[in-house]
Amino acid sequence: MTTTTLQTPVTAERVASSRPLWLAVLLVLGGAVLAVLGLGVGSTGLESVWNMLEDPVAAQIVWDIRAPRTVGAFAAGALLGLAGAVAQGLFRNPLADPFLLGSASGASLGVALALAGLGVSPFATQWVVRLGLTGAAFVGAVLAVLLTLALARGVQHTLRLLLAGVVVGVVLGALTSLVTLTTPDILQAMQAFMLGSTGFVGWAACALMGSIGFVCLLLAWGLSRVLDGLALGESTALSLGLPLGPLRAALVGVLALATGTAVAQTGLIAFVGLAAPHLVRAVVKTTHAWLVLLASLMGGVLLMLADTLARGLLAPQELPVGVLTAVLGGGYLLWLMRKRVG
Amino acid sequence: MTTNRRVGLRWVFVVAWALLVGGVQAAGLQVTDDRGVTVRWDAPPQRIVSLLPSLTETVCELGQCHRLVGVDRYSNWPEAIARLPRVGGGMDPNVEAIVALRPDVVLLAQSSRVVQRLESLGLKVVALEPKSHADVQRVLGKVAQVVGVDAQATQRIWRHIDAAVSAAAQSLPARVKNTRVYFEVNRAPYGAGTSSFIGETLTRLGVQNIVPASLGPFPKLNPEFVVRANPDVIMVGDRNFEGLTQRPGWRSIRAVREERLCVFPNAESDVLVRPGPRMAEAARLMARCLQEKAP
Repeated sequence: MTTTTLQTPVTAERVASSRPLWLAVLLVLGGAVLAVLGLGVGSTGLESVWNMLEDPVAAQIVWDIRAPRTVGAFAAGALLGLAGAVAQGLFRNPLADPFLLGSASGASLGVALALAGLGVSPFATQWVVRLGLTGAAFVGAVLAVLLTLALARGVQHTLRLLLAGVVVGVVLGALTSLVTLTTPDILQAMQAFMLGSTGFVGWAACALMGSIGFVCLLLAWGLSRVLDGLALGESTALSLGLPLGPLRAALVGVLALATGTAVAQTGLIAFVGLAAPHLVRAVVKTTHAWLVLLASLMGGVLLMLADTLARGLLAPQELPVGVLTAVLGGGYLLWLMRKRVG
Repeated sequence: MTTNRRVGLRWVFVVAWALLVGGVQAAGLQVTDDRGVTVRWDAPPQRIVSLLPSLTETVCELGQCHRLVGVDRYSNWPEAIARLPRVGGGMDPNVEAIVALRPDVVLLAQSSRVVQRLESLGLKVVALEPKSHADVQRVLGKVAQVVGVDAQATQRIWRHIDAAVSAAAQSLPARVKNTRVYFEVNRAPYGAGTSSFIGETLTRLGVQNIVPASLGPFPKLNPEFVVRANPDVIMVGDRNFEGLTQRPGWRSIRAVREERLCVFPNAESDVLVRPGPRMAEAARLMARCLQEKAP
């Protein structure tokens, strides 16, 4: 840092503009280290890695359980980080998080209804088994966002969109509580969903999250100029000649798709979406083109770290990963806040 | 010509017979679970993981405790399973720990999210969810099929359980018969309705449940409802008893006023609320309570 300030302004600027690249490289390296670590951490410990070549079950544990859940944690975290960066840019609000448009409560309601439907009648059971809890969560999340958009009458009005999101979140949350109250057998299962878990992610889920994440990232990257424009205020963005309406709708689409996919596969994972963009901004000041990429990487690394800790801290038992992300993310935000104030 | 044809016919028979026998053997045993999914094995499964306490108890009741290689963290009966590895809870199981045990079958509840994941890893999963007396019998039969205990032996075990419930009912003196009972499942308060597993046991004992069947198995009650129904006896677990008598207006309930409260310690609560093979013991516990406390 001190050397930078001593150099001429031109070099300082060049150093500053290369900082996002360095952060990206650092995050990729950190992710790679965690990925390797992730293969060795679990309830059976390193034993599975040593016996991998002779024992098919050990190989299955390493390659079909630990590897996909590590990759899946990265993918889910990246989706949430990306959604967080998009939400914070779109709403010009540093407290915006991916669940803002009601997707979390919609997903919860979907899961609650599916669980309540199990065993009501053979028809309902079959239907639920076919759709799966994952499908129910995704459908719920998407429907909730659509409901928010309908209530806000489109995407034009930021404040209206925010308020509609809050309303949908509260009302669907209340409905979820009502469903849970009337069928108390599902309480435990609902709690497990609310805490979030990366433990059930397989390769199929990884492929799904990976491809959707890739599409969302490309879209967000393409739309990053809109986010940059919005950062200067809506009137400035309009004066730049950006067709705000459709572009905003596209960003909301990215937000909903990324969040819905992550929530469906891993449940409600707190704080990653909120903390990831903040963490990036604490290190570099950059445009949204970099921010969406870096926030994705940061979210992925964060959730991978939390997942590895969740498996390792109490091994052979496991902690719910949502508890850890809340502690990690919350702790970091608090530290950041105190540092700024200081 | 005719002999040739006869020889040919004989061969056809032999081949058909071989195919039939081979087919039957290849089919092995199969069980259709509560999801409607049919699971097949070539040989009876020897290594079993159970993720539901009542299923753990059912396996042991069938005398197959030794085949269990892992259970969930809430399974705590019988003694024999105390040393088995725990693989997390039924709703948040540890996939890796389950796979590492190399089970031939995993028994669990329908609502568990892990079902699809375990199946995709190539494990056989049987989802069963006992909720009523009839379910206990049905699930006993299903688990017996899985572990290869024959139908007659299973029938005998069921008759034994059923007779013990009847015996508990018959042990009650006539004065107990019309006692009005409230069974609180938890402090929300949720009561055990007539259509619940607990309610069915109360009905078998010949007492009246203040929560009618129309409210469903475990309705969330307004505390006022209980005051109005004025039960003669209240049954509640130790975990939920604290503060029960201090609820507004509850002092006027006969059960509270005359101290006709049965507070079951945690181990007994487990017996009472689990729809499993210990339902006869549950009936005995309730009968003991009624004998001591009923007016």
